[in-house]
Amino acid sequence: MGGASLLSALACGVSSSSIGAPPHSFLCPTPNRRRKSRRKVRCAPITAQFELKPPPYPLDSLEPHMSRETLEHHWGRHHRGHVDSLNARIAGTQLEEMELEDVVVASYNKGSPLPPFVHAAQVWNHDFFWRSMEPGGGGKPSGELMGLIERDFGSFERMLKEFKEAASTQFGSGWAWLAYKANRLDVGNAVNPCPSEKDNKLVIAKTPNAVNPLVWDYSPLLAVDVWEHAYYLDYENRRADYVSIFMEKLVSWDIVSSRLHIATARAAERAREDERRRREDDVEITNREAVEMYVDSDNDSEPE
Amino acid sequence: MGFHLLSPSYCCGYQPSPPISHGLLRFRPVTGIPKPSPQKGQLHQSRRASKVLAYYGITTPPYKLDALEPYMSQRTLELHWGKHHRDYVDSLNKQLVKSPLYGHTMEELIKVTYNNGNPLPEFNNAAQVWNHDFFWESMQSGGGKLPQGGVLQQIEKDFDSYSNFRDTFVESAMALFGSGWVWLVLRTEEKKLSVVRTSNAICPLVWGDIPIIALDMWEHAYYLDYKDDREKYINTFMDNLVSWHAATVRMLRAEAFVNLGEPKIPVA
Repeated sequence: MGGASLLSALACGVSSSSIGAPPHSFLCPTPNRRRKSRRKVRCAPITAQFELKPPPYPLDSLEPHMSRETLEHHWGRHHRGHVDSLNARIAGTQLEEMELEDVVVASYNKGSPLPPFVHAAQVWNHDFFWRSMEPGGGGKPSGELMGLIERDFGSFERMLKEFKEAASTQFGSGWAWLAYKANRLDVGNAVNPCPSEKDNKLVIAKTPNAVNPLVWDYSPLLAVDVWEHAYYLDYENRRADYVSIFMEKLVSWDIVSSRLHIATARAAERAREDERRRREDDVEITNREAVEMYVDSDNDSEPE
Repeated sequence: MGFHLLSPSYCCGYQPSPPISHGLLRFRPVTGIPKPSPQKGQLHQSRRASKVLAYYGITTPPYKLDALEPYMSQRTLELHWGKHHRDYVDSLNKQLVKSPLYGHTMEELIKVTYNNGNPLPEFNNAAQVWNHDFFWESMQSGGGKLPQGGVLQQIEKDFDSYSNFRDTFVESAMALFGSGWVWLVLRTEEKKLSVVRTSNAICPLVWGDIPIIALDMWEHAYYLDYKDDREKYINTFMDNLVSWHAATVRMLRAEAFVNLGEPKIPVA
């Protein structure tokens, strides 16, 4: 187990531009030409299936804060069920050749989710959740993460309070998140008129059922599962206690820091891309204007 | 131990002196507070506002907490009723202290706070209080088996057969993602029975339909007893817990509001 989550001899990096395709096409069976080329490859068996990755620690290592029984059910039944359902639903469609995050965003379909969405999102969410915890976790973050927390929330305690509040007030099933928001709009020509370093900031969000902040183009840093199955065996109805213990004794701040690092790097990269693209567009417009002016001046010189 | 006929839980206003306290407009008597004005919609502010007024009370299920063993354990009922249901009542009362929604019956409160699809903050709590009241009364020890008389006839008319209805109900419950409820409702416009599932706290009252049976599909309702085996929980509910007596009473009342078209249905 472990390793790449996607095995496919035909795996190709799907650029974000392809996600612009009409959404229902993802669920159509892969076109014939692909199947023909599959038959030629006889050596490697082609499976485009997602795997059930185990948590990076033994199932009883989070005791007494999260019991082995909870992990056995939560990972072994709930998470596994979603992986199996996801594989069944995307088999034979274009979605099965995409990375999990791309499947989540594509099947979210900008707010009208397609059937594979709940399973894809829950697989991603649970993977993320197991990796947000570690035995002997808790304590406080440090370095860049702590700096950002203090900048955006005032203090670590205030961030904790807001996080617990979000987790407690998520009515029904869902998740609470700490995420890094790079303040982008999902519209081609949108430009932030007064960009500043503070636009890229930490936020706390809560989401219902299977939704996660990837669909809003945030970079999630930390998640807590507030579906009742996550805490009912250990804490019964005391969700607030569960979230407190999660923050005090289970959360892995090292991993959160490394996620933040990746998120800020990604945000910087995308900002540079945008800048470059805007400059190219400007040059193009300038060239076009020059041509038009040339044509206009010709017309003007014609006699009436 | 017989099943005594309950007044339907959404009966408003008048109550026979109940052996069970019923969660309608009642408050704990507080000494020194003058009587409230009887007009609806006016928030009565008392000068001695230090005492808490309880606007709605928690009802007790019509059976002891261990009466549904082994299908629903006593521990589940202790938590589900004693903690979750009670929390909803307490939270609702806390919210109502500050809001002008005083003086409604529970059903009215749900419709008002649903606000045609843009729910006010009190909606979740109010609806969950009502849903849970309804749910306790939808179950009985020695329940399950088949409905009788008029309910069975109506089910056979609207679903072709009881087993068809049962399959539809189970499928609907299994297909529910997240937290929610599954209902057998009498649709007032189409004048027929139907299975609906709702998310979180929504209940069919908000659309003007009349619920007949409810099943709580929030995980807290079954996790201690069945863990993630929802199918077993739903089947157990249908085979051993659902109270067709309660369903009969509710159909009886519903017929006063919906003309089912065939006066020959013997309901009782």
